[in-house]
Amino acid sequence: MTANHISPEETGWKAGLNLVTQSGKASAFTRRLFAQTRLEATMTLKRGESLLLTLGIPIVLLIFFAEVHILPASTKKPIDFLSPGILALAVMSTSMVSLGIATGFERSYKVLKRLGTTPLGRPALIVSKIAAVLLIEIVQAVILILVSLGLGWKPSGNAGEAVIIIILGTASFSGIGLFLAGTLKAEVNLAVANGLYLLLLLMGNMIIPVSKFPSWMATLARALPAAALSSGLFHSLNHGSPVPAWAWLVLIAWTVAAPVAAAISWKWE
Amino acid sequence: MTDTPVVSCNDLMITYDEKVAVNGLSFEAFAGRVLAILGPNGAGKTSTVEALEGYRMPSRGSISVLGYDPAKSSKALSSRIGVMLQEGGVHPVMSPTEAIHLFSAYYNNPLAPTGILQLVGLEDVARKPYKKLSGGEKQRLSLGLAIIGRPEVVFLDEPTAGVDPQGRLGIREIIMRLREQGACIILTTHELPEAERLADEVLILNKGKKVMQGSVQELLSLGSKSVGVIRLRVASSLDRELLANTAGVDMGEVAEELPGKYLINAPGTPERIVAITTLLASLDISIDTLTSGTANLEEAYLNLIEGDANDS
Repeated sequence: MTANHISPEETGWKAGLNLVTQSGKASAFTRRLFAQTRLEATMTLKRGESLLLTLGIPIVLLIFFAEVHILPASTKKPIDFLSPGILALAVMSTSMVSLGIATGFERSYKVLKRLGTTPLGRPALIVSKIAAVLLIEIVQAVILILVSLGLGWKPSGNAGEAVIIIILGTASFSGIGLFLAGTLKAEVNLAVANGLYLLLLLMGNMIIPVSKFPSWMATLARALPAAALSSGLFHSLNHGSPVPAWAWLVLIAWTVAAPVAAAISWKWE
Repeated sequence: MTDTPVVSCNDLMITYDEKVAVNGLSFEAFAGRVLAILGPNGAGKTSTVEALEGYRMPSRGSISVLGYDPAKSSKALSSRIGVMLQEGGVHPVMSPTEAIHLFSAYYNNPLAPTGILQLVGLEDVARKPYKKLSGGEKQRLSLGLAIIGRPEVVFLDEPTAGVDPQGRLGIREIIMRLREQGACIILTTHELPEAERLADEVLILNKGKKVMQGSVQELLSLGSKSVGVIRLRVASSLDRELLANTAGVDMGEVAEELPGKYLINAPGTPERIVAITTLLASLDISIDTLTSGTANLEEAYLNLIEGDANDS
């Protein structure tokens, strides 16, 4: 503090309304982060449409396409292809669609503007949003894996590698979701995010194998984070073969580019 | 308490693209005092307050809040200022209890959430989602969130807009208690009686420029074109020129606020009152009310804004 700054003592500020004050033991950043993360997760779970998107649709798609064999399959048992694909879909739903739409509406409700003048700060807000997404993804993964096991899925491979792939996918899709939220009006963002969700569901190697696409479309699909995420999960959890280099490269590129674009486009109001 | 201003603006200019919202504004605000910023729509009130809160970067001039530039020192200031937005700012599905507990976690030494809930009178709706609260309840919650961190400078944008009379009383009490505790309070309002009750000082803006800054008494004396006014309400409209001639003033000193409702900027001397009543008797027009006295804040304010519009 420089000599020009005015201290609380100089302003004559007293205890404040004679109300009891509350003291915290945790460090300021941790306390804010914990409170904000809890809030972010609670708000997501309170939104019915968000629950439908993050849990309802993936479970329904998983059960339906595992039992009704109408899609072209690249594996003997459809569940072996579907399980990692639907896990990827769940990651995309939470980190891109749910996070992006919620953030867009938070801006239109002036929630972000109000937070801009509190001690929370941008780093804690962003970290808490990501932490809440990861928490919800853990719940999604547990439920989807249990359902998949019930449908006869026998995963094998490298779970650690799958976790890394999910984290990269989360960062990529969170960046895309926040970028859309930062550049579009809330209602337009809602429509675009849902449209993108549908497009990436079809082109993302989640329920239809990219190998069944015409070559130009397969090339385009492989450049998108959805196919890279689902292929990465498929190979790390199912196939026993190493994750293809293109999937790593595409995921890492989106992990860098999308959050940077989101940071540049970020607006409190 | 200190005589050093805790908030000051010097030659402030705020622009949005090509549009100038605030132009050359300078003023100061002090600890333990309430400054009300008044002005018509588009006067630059919210732009000014948002620049003080750090939301707007001035195109020209300087701002100091507790010795910091708010646009560059949000980290240093955020725990020492309290902000009440004109509307919104809370998740629609969040309850007052959740919002107050969340905000209390942001500050190192917050007021107790239960105390705040009680103070703003929201115990009965503590678990109701924000979207289902009435306008007044939303405002009271917003005020509670603004003061939970024990701010030294409080910015309140239209704090009593949409609040019922009982709620207004509660908000006024909280503001006066904050003032007693030594906080500097800067509020914007359209409601002049509110400013008259609360403010130590008023700052009047029009078209982005300062019209005057001073105490309510100074505003009353500056805004009253003469040492007194006469208020007249009659059953039917009168000829303004005839009324002005009868009162012995220029026509510009007679305003017809509503059909049959006149404000004459002139002291209510016995001679003038007799002349007016004689005129009305000759025209066979009955009097609803006829009073004389000093201008109220609203009249003084309108005179100043009108004078400013004529000058520019």
